[in-house]
Amino acid sequence: MSRPIDGPETGAGHAGHRLASLTLVPKSDAKATMKDFKSDQEVRWCPGCGDYAILAAFQSFLPELQVPKENLVIVSGIGCSSRLPYYVNSYGLHSIHGRAPAIATGLAASRQDLSVWVITGDGDALSIGGNHLIHALRRNVNVKILLFNNRIYGLTKGQYSPTSEQGKVTKSTPYGSLDTPFNPLSLALGAEASFVARTIDSDRKHLTSVLRAAADHRGTAFVEIYQNCPIFNDDAFAPVTEPGARDEHVIRLEHGQPVRLGADREHGLRFGPLGSLEVVPAQTAADGSLLVHDAHAADPSYAFALSRLDRTDFAHTPIGIFRDVERATYDDAMSAQIDAARARQGEGDLEALLAGADTWRVG
Amino acid sequence: MTKQVQQLDRVIIRFAGDSGDGMQLAGDRFTQETASFGNDLSTLPNFPAEIRAPAGTLPGVSSFQLHFADHDILTPGDAPDVLVAMNPAALKANLLDLPRGADIIANTDEFTKRNLVKVGYEANPLEDGSLSGYQLHAIPITSVTVKALEGYDISKKDAERAKNMFSLGMLCWLYNRPADGTLRFLETKFASKPEIMKANVAAFQAGWNYGETTEEFSVQYEIKPATLPPGQYRNITGNTALANGLVTAAQLAGLPMFLGSYPITPASDILHELSKYKRFGIRTFQAEDEISGVGAALGAAFGGALGVTTTSGPGMCLKAETIGLAVAVELPLIVCDIQRAGPSTGMPTKTEQADLLMALYGRNGESPLVVLAPATPGDCFTTALEATRIAVKYRTPVVILSDGYLANGSEPWRIPEVADLPDLRAEFSFAPAPQAGDEAAGRKPFLPFQRDPRTLARPWAIPGTPGLEHRVGGIEKADGSGDISYDPDNHDKMVRLRQAKIDGIAADIPPLEVDDPDGSARVLVLGWGSTFGSIGAAVRRVRLAGGSIAQAHLRHLSPFPANLADVLKQYDKVLVPEINTGQLALVLRGRFLCDVISYNRVRGLPFRAAELSGVIQDVISNV
Ligand code: SF4
Repeated sequence: MSRPIDGPETGAGHAGHRLASLTLVPKSDAKATMKDFKSDQEVRWCPGCGDYAILAAFQSFLPELQVPKENLVIVSGIGCSSRLPYYVNSYGLHSIHGRAPAIATGLAASRQDLSVWVITGDGDALSIGGNHLIHALRRNVNVKILLFNNRIYGLTKGQYSPTSEQGKVTKSTPYGSLDTPFNPLSLALGAEASFVARTIDSDRKHLTSVLRAAADHRGTAFVEIYQNCPIFNDDAFAPVTEPGARDEHVIRLEHGQPVRLGADREHGLRFGPLGSLEVVPAQTAADGSLLVHDAHAADPSYAFALSRLDRTDFAHTPIGIFRDVERATYDDAMSAQIDAARARQGEGDLEALLAGADTWRVG
Repeated sequence: MTKQVQQLDRVIIRFAGDSGDGMQLAGDRFTQETASFGNDLSTLPNFPAEIRAPAGTLPGVSSFQLHFADHDILTPGDAPDVLVAMNPAALKANLLDLPRGADIIANTDEFTKRNLVKVGYEANPLEDGSLSGYQLHAIPITSVTVKALEGYDISKKDAERAKNMFSLGMLCWLYNRPADGTLRFLETKFASKPEIMKANVAAFQAGWNYGETTEEFSVQYEIKPATLPPGQYRNITGNTALANGLVTAAQLAGLPMFLGSYPITPASDILHELSKYKRFGIRTFQAEDEISGVGAALGAAFGGALGVTTTSGPGMCLKAETIGLAVAVELPLIVCDIQRAGPSTGMPTKTEQADLLMALYGRNGESPLVVLAPATPGDCFTTALEATRIAVKYRTPVVILSDGYLANGSEPWRIPEVADLPDLRAEFSFAPAPQAGDEAAGRKPFLPFQRDPRTLARPWAIPGTPGLEHRVGGIEKADGSGDISYDPDNHDKMVRLRQAKIDGIAADIPPLEVDDPDGSARVLVLGWGSTFGSIGAAVRRVRLAGGSIAQAHLRHLSPFPANLADVLKQYDKVLVPEINTGQLALVLRGRFLCDVISYNRVRGLPFRAAELSGVIQDVISNV
């Protein structure tokens, strides 16, 4: 199912519009502020960690949801980022390594009145928990997954991660790492994700707009957040965060808008051979072959091609909403089956259940 | 022709054939008829792990044993009185279990040269006199069935397939079983294929008539109904009883139920069963793996559901970390481990009791939880209720240790009156929401780890409750506030509190009952789990022979009943038979310094009563 292209979307929770992931969640009338979502716990990430910026953006965004804080649940796994639930004044479950998507699936599928967010990292989601991540995405459970990608293991003090570049020298790989990294967005798209986006810790405005769009998606929303770890992998994303370099390298995707890049937006994208995308000067291809971004395309091939654009050197790095399509959610379908069974057969009757089909009487 | 009718008090029949011969179905139908006739019974299905092992080979043999009687019985029986052997492999695989004089009904059509060679028979045992110690009934079952079905518009293959119904009809005549149930069953099963349905009904009737009219069988047997306690009965397997128990428990507790499960033998039937009960509001989630199954169940429990996961040994290994998290965050969780032979893949369709130590201790750190074990198939129902009561009241994971024998075995089960079932809701309370002015009145803010002084349980504060927002996790928590704490003394205190909470449950469970009729026994035989029937049958034999023996059976393995230490002290010797290498014995020695005698056989099968009675006799004579 694809929505018509109708120009840039605000996706905001403006008056009258309930964000799509929240239609069964109670609406709070009280005016909440960022402060209401701060817990009494002291935040304990390293100074300068990108997690601070993400937490602040998240907390200042939460009032916009108009969800009472008792109906907000944050589930995390293990790693630096997974400490986040302790700092938000809502319900929170800091679980075990890699399992947050599975745990959140049980919670979201049995409590549709909750807004459920998963906080995870590159090691948590893509290494030990890779299986749960891909299955959550294909099921399309109504949870929002924020993956803080710092391309390193921080909590265990600096081993390479499944998103580290090949050849990375770390404590566990003094001669350089051997494995090819995952591209988290390509992986998510391959796992049938219905919402895939990327944003950057230091760009609060963009980060907030992506969170809003994720909340406005019914189903699993997968958001990769480039997060700097100044202690073990400083400047891993410098090409897309440094003021001088970022305009050259970042492609800001906006639905319905031409895809442009370069300091003066002088380049565009078009399909090259075998479905890959290529960067071309905008004037040379004024023939209409330049791409206009369509986040709602039913076929994921285009979103996948976009996700392959950055290779490993960040030369062309799209950020924003790669894909946002409507698909039935697992939890809605599960509830519908129960409702249908009750409508057809009536409420369960314990006496009939216990009696079974074949009974006999003694005495 | 009227035949002589002979009265018997009990019979053991074993149906055996190739996996594809439909012996489980024939056995199951015979069981249903026997149950509705009113005999007491006990069954033992035994099948290969492979769905279709090569036809006609020994590994491909599938069997179904049924013991039924005019009195109450405890086991599926040691040695069959009748063996139905549909091919040479079935004869060879089962002959050693047959006592001399037993009846063998053999399908001669399958005793071809090729099939004989397949299992290493040089000559045809039906003809070479080697079976002269048995009552041999050599019947061309396949060809008689095909002949009887000549008039039906079905393929030769479908006609041959109906041979199990022919055998069933013959056995039903021989033991005077009613036929209505089977006819009704066939009508439903083949409702969409009327011609096949008619053919199967005809095959069943042909088998019945064959018994009645041919001279193959000179007597017909009669086994009077047993005098069971009055009530409405059904025949039930352990897995069905467990599934029904979980549905019932959730209803009684007033909780929505969420099952997270990954298919595994022999536990999958619980998932199948529960996935049918949507109208009870039950949510079943077939997860991507064992870890996700238990994780989703725990997530649902965090949200206020009765979280359940079902598995077998290999799955238990994978779930261990998540069960540890449930111990740490102190949430209710039901974990059903339908044990099978291990280690590793082991023998998936064979029974064993070797997961006890894993259930008790198989997690990192000190992580005490509750372990229960049903004693019979029907007891799986009661155990599900007890597990739910404890899990919800004490906010703890509870492991139910069933096994392959209980899971697939069946017995007549007296259907409980719903009105007589316990009210589990009474034990259940969410934390109260804070009231305005609490702080001014000196009432404390919400503390997620403030314990109920009576149960030591923490509040179950579920999302959606205003004012109870809190964060929990696997990191050690400060007593009371639940905040992250690395304080050494706090950790020591929390380790002890978690243990004390589980230990305290001993005061809330029934004491261990000892069956010691003459009060003079010096030897106690103590079992747990599915060995209840075999031990009970062995004890009866010993007592019949004049021996004095006490019997007790543990259904609560953590915590133990409060009187266990006293019971152990009352006897000179304590014998502990287990289908493992002595796991309960190890715990009893460690906990009570009691030098129990461990008896172990790990064959993937239940104990035989004859074998156990011999062991008991030996211990008695050495006191
Ligand atoms: S190790 Fe890196 S990711 Fe972890 S808290 Fe420190 S700076 Fe942040």
